[in-house]
Amino acid sequence: MGNMATQTQFHVLAVDDSLIDRKLIERLLKTSSYQVTAVDSGSKALEFLGLNGENEDEERNSSVESVSAADEDHQVGVNLIITDYCMPGMTGYDLLRKIKQSSSFKDIPVVIMSSENIPSRINRCLEDGAEEFFLKPVKLSDVNKLRPHLMKGITTKTEMQSNTNKRKGSEEIQSPDRTRPRYNELEVV
Amino acid sequence: MLGSGADRLRADVNRLLAFLFHQGILDEQFLQLQQLQDESSPNFVSQVVNIYFQESEKLLRNLRSLLMERKLSDYKNIGIHINQLMGSSSSIGAKRVRNVCVAFRAASDQNNRTGCLRVLEVLEHDYCFLKNKLHELFQIEQQRILAGGVGYPMQN
Repeated sequence: MGNMATQTQFHVLAVDDSLIDRKLIERLLKTSSYQVTAVDSGSKALEFLGLNGENEDEERNSSVESVSAADEDHQVGVNLIITDYCMPGMTGYDLLRKIKQSSSFKDIPVVIMSSENIPSRINRCLEDGAEEFFLKPVKLSDVNKLRPHLMKGITTKTEMQSNTNKRKGSEEIQSPDRTRPRYNELEVV
Repeated sequence: MLGSGADRLRADVNRLLAFLFHQGILDEQFLQLQQLQDESSPNFVSQVVNIYFQESEKLLRNLRSLLMERKLSDYKNIGIHINQLMGSSSSIGAKRVRNVCVAFRAASDQNNRTGCLRVLEVLEHDYCFLKNKLHELFQIEQQRILAGGVGYPMQN
């Protein structure tokens, strides 16, 4: 397949322990022309990314056979991660933290989904690096909001590949300077 | 003429859907499911709904046996089951079932066994009603397609 220049489809990694929600998010994403990998837990998500342990270098030495999409010269081609918040074991928030702590993956945009409208939870996720927080049930209008985050990632990914220092650095973790009226208004679907 | 049979059946589908929306059994999330059904995924709605049926029945069975236990103390587990049912109901637009789950969770949070049993009965009833109606919907849809109607999308 391609290097960055020929990649035609964004690849989204979806994480949700609910089968129905996985089917739904998968369909929503495919309808929007994204390539989708859906897994049912945070640990499977990390495994897929090639992040087996806390050690960053694991990713290079990793011999994950079945789940990983990593190939030799590229990092795993995931452009965005969308995860449920409430999952047994590793929560979506735990997963977010692990990804943001990873030097290889911290620039991948992460979106959190939750059926519960808890402002403190939402704010914490956003403050700790989530790009968006979607209230379930997720709709097409939510998925449409993903595109700008994916487009933003293109330049970042090119930099990652050439292994230079990312200019974004800690700027990446943006706080709620974006208006998210839905959360303040407690307008639940 | 072939077309008018399909048209009549489409009207039947719409009437049933309107009824279900009006009664608060379904909400707009069900419409979202329909919108996601197209030529590349022509059975999406029934596929997801069938998964919902399978999972829900398992959850309901477990809930009943958990509540029937002589020495009931596992409200945490009950809560987990309710949350799952609530979430999946919400995801397919099963508004009424979802709302009953909210009441169920309230009773469970108070460790109120009698309340839980009462709500569970309502839940089982409402779930059965939903399942019957959705089966009816899918049946009419099938007939409509056999009569020459276009399979997707499901709505106007």
